[in-house]
Amino acid sequence: MVPLSYYLLLSAILFSIGAVGVLIRRNVLIMFMSIELMLNAVNLSFVAFSRFLDSLEGQVFVFLVMAVAAAEVAVGLAIIICIFRNKATVNVDEINLMKG
Amino acid sequence: MLDYIWLVPFLPLFGFVINGLFGSRLPRRVVGIIACSTVGLAFVISLTAFFVLPDQPVPDKVLYSWIKVGDFKADFAFQIDPLSIIMILIVSGVSFVIHIYSIGYMHGDPGYSRYFTYLNLFVCAMLLLVLANNFLMMYIGWEGVGLCSYLLIGFWYERKSAADAGKKAFIVTRIGDFGFALGIMYIFKTFGTIDISEVMHLAQGRFEVGAPILTAITLLLFLGAVGKSAQIPLYVWLPDAMEGPTPVSALIHAATMVTAGVYMIARCNMIYSLSPTSLMVVAVIGCATAIYAASIGLVQNDIKRVLAYSTISQLGYMFMACGVGAFAAGIFHLMTHAFFKALLFMGAGSVIHALAGEMDIRHMGGLRRYMPTTYMTFLIAALTIGGIFPFAGFFSKDEILWRAFEQNYILWAIGIITAAMTSFYIFRLVFRTFAGETRVEKEKLVHVHESPRVMTIPLVILGIMSVIGGLAGVAKAFPLLGTSRFFSEKLNILRFLEPVTGGHHAEGSEAVGLERWLMLASLLIALVGIYIAYQFYVRNPQLPKRLARSLRRTYKFVLNKYKVDELYDFLFVNPAKKFSVFLWRIWDDSIIDGIVNGTAGFFKVCGRIGRRVQTGYVQTYILLIIIGAVIIIWYCL
Amino acid sequence: MELALFVIFGAVAVASAIMVIVSRNAVVSALFLILTFFCLAGLYVLLNAQFIAALQIIVYAGAIMVLFVFVVMLLRTGKEARRGYRLIFQKSMGIIFVVLFLLLLGSITLTVAVTGMRGPYTAEAVRHIGNTQAFASVLFTDYLYPFEIISVLLLAGIIGAVVLAKRKR
Repeated sequence: MVPLSYYLLLSAILFSIGAVGVLIRRNVLIMFMSIELMLNAVNLSFVAFSRFLDSLEGQVFVFLVMAVAAAEVAVGLAIIICIFRNKATVNVDEINLMKG
Repeated sequence: MLDYIWLVPFLPLFGFVINGLFGSRLPRRVVGIIACSTVGLAFVISLTAFFVLPDQPVPDKVLYSWIKVGDFKADFAFQIDPLSIIMILIVSGVSFVIHIYSIGYMHGDPGYSRYFTYLNLFVCAMLLLVLANNFLMMYIGWEGVGLCSYLLIGFWYERKSAADAGKKAFIVTRIGDFGFALGIMYIFKTFGTIDISEVMHLAQGRFEVGAPILTAITLLLFLGAVGKSAQIPLYVWLPDAMEGPTPVSALIHAATMVTAGVYMIARCNMIYSLSPTSLMVVAVIGCATAIYAASIGLVQNDIKRVLAYSTISQLGYMFMACGVGAFAAGIFHLMTHAFFKALLFMGAGSVIHALAGEMDIRHMGGLRRYMPTTYMTFLIAALTIGGIFPFAGFFSKDEILWRAFEQNYILWAIGIITAAMTSFYIFRLVFRTFAGETRVEKEKLVHVHESPRVMTIPLVILGIMSVIGGLAGVAKAFPLLGTSRFFSEKLNILRFLEPVTGGHHAEGSEAVGLERWLMLASLLIALVGIYIAYQFYVRNPQLPKRLARSLRRTYKFVLNKYKVDELYDFLFVNPAKKFSVFLWRIWDDSIIDGIVNGTAGFFKVCGRIGRRVQTGYVQTYILLIIIGAVIIIWYCL
Repeated sequence: MELALFVIFGAVAVASAIMVIVSRNAVVSALFLILTFFCLAGLYVLLNAQFIAALQIIVYAGAIMVLFVFVVMLLRTGKEARRGYRLIFQKSMGIIFVVLFLLLLGSITLTVAVTGMRGPYTAEAVRHIGNTQAFASVLFTDYLYPFEIISVLLLAGIIGAVVLAKRKR
């Protein structure tokens, strides 16, 4: 059987890749995909823990995370469409309305 | 019935709220009816309370516990005893009459509803003052009447002199109020309570006669009384207060508010009795004020100012009475003074009203024919204040002089000289205003008329009270009436007040004989005053002018009120102004503003640096989150 | 065999995840993301979570990614233009800290042993009952409230999306 730490390491790597994507990409859609990637990395560790602790709670959490992700994607994409309508761009470095 | 005593101050408060909120939209007639009826109802309740008041002490009526912090406790409660009942009777009664008079006097004024709003608030505050069972509530009333006095003196605020007079009254009395507040604090520190009757009780058990603490407390309280009741050296605001409407002068600056100091001392008579020094101070200041103010009143030409100085002088009498331990006599004089001085002011108001605002007695004269009712009532009041038998003022003044004589001949002597001056200046006023040839300008004379009923009826009511009010003090002189318990105890104000002010002095037959002689002496000297006034102003009108010319310097000095206002300006007002300018220009503009603006500037710079953190880019924020996560994980390892 | 499958799925997942974040074209990114999700679904199967694996494909790879692709097509952003090195300092800092983060997490996962209370659902027990049935028995008993609340959340998400994306007149 593959040890737990392998799964966790894989989860950490995928999470970090997602984080890098969020940090360096300018296209807001790709940033958003990176966030999905991070969520999935966390899901993987949930399922792995569930398996190695002989408990189904982890899978329940993944189920809930998926539902939240679905709602989040729906609202998030709607926001992106709104921004695109107003600013005609999807580049985050051109959007700094909140600049102090 | 006594359970409803709380209505007495609350009814005028109700009138104040209604008139204050809706007065400007209500018809004038309704405003007047609300104002008068609330005060009138309060008077009816007071009168009923007077009749049902039992002989035994009545417990305080506690409405609710107002403040309770640690040991400090102040109830919203009313004290019901002969003294407070007498005071609410005087206050609500005189107020009611003056309210009615005001309907006529103020009928054309644009500030009609505002006037009645203030007046109702004043009555409420004054009734709270006299009904309070603790010093804090008394202080509320004390400040409340001060506020109303300020508002009403400056009622015609578009006139600068009126606005200034209001400010002067407020600031000068504030000095006294400061002393009063200190006194209350000292009382709490000493006794651990501010309940008046408890304090009196504790003081008698705990302190010897002449204890320094009691002297300090009583002198501080007296400072408050000096301010509020316009005694030397804080009397300067009262003459200027005549800038207000005349009914206000009658109510606040003659009959009620200025007597608050006398009431307060009578209320605290037990601690005053324990401090001979304080009593001496009270007597001396009262006596000095009496003769001093009377001497100024001799030469003033403004009808209301003469009356103002007369008020100060009469208040001096009352303080003299308190100072010699005759607290009941002081209250008795307070009562008769409320009647006749209110009457004098209202009579003067009637004259001023008829002469379209003329106040200088040099431009009056001969008005007897034009306004007979005013003349008659004014004459009655003059006889009363002059101390002519059998008018009220004779009895009350005589009671004071007799008690002063028992204590100290000098006080009596000054009192009797003051009495002569009083009858002189008041008859000078009567003769100059009503007698002889008229000196009124022709075009004004056409409009001279007797005042309307709504003004003359109050005059008549107060006139009757001035005549018979004195009987309250001399039931013993009427053996027939004296047989009835009701007359001997309720209507004899001195006996009635005994539970509060302590025992009446012993009446030996010898003492009574002496008292008769003294009565005769004061009556004679009052008549002498009138005779001189008659000689001066009716028989030989040239005489006073010649006298003034030969004593020109003295005359000028007295006419200018001994230049006390100028002295105060030099000593206190101008230095205070200069200091204020310093505070304004240097301290406030440079230092305080500098600190405030400097603080703001500092944070402005901080903000200018700090705002760089807020780039507005989403990725910056995410980076910060990740840095935070790294730090936290590192820390946890 | 199991290890081999893990390595294959893991390697493909990592590779395609990298492709997601380096691709210039959003459509390409989306397609690689779908590939990553498939790999993850495979890993879930390896972990005896067949129901979750199915959900992964249906919900993520199906519904969510379709929405993504749909929006990408709708906005027609095309290729991201190279625009110099804006925010270069911030981005390099980001990479440094993420690497630090990964190192920390990696050191934890490789050194710390999992200690925790073991539940009743061993691999044999689950196989005996059936994965979906076991999952449902947990979800609809202990986690019924969260389940119901999630439905409200989804409703709110739908309404929010409609309100936001609606063209304002």
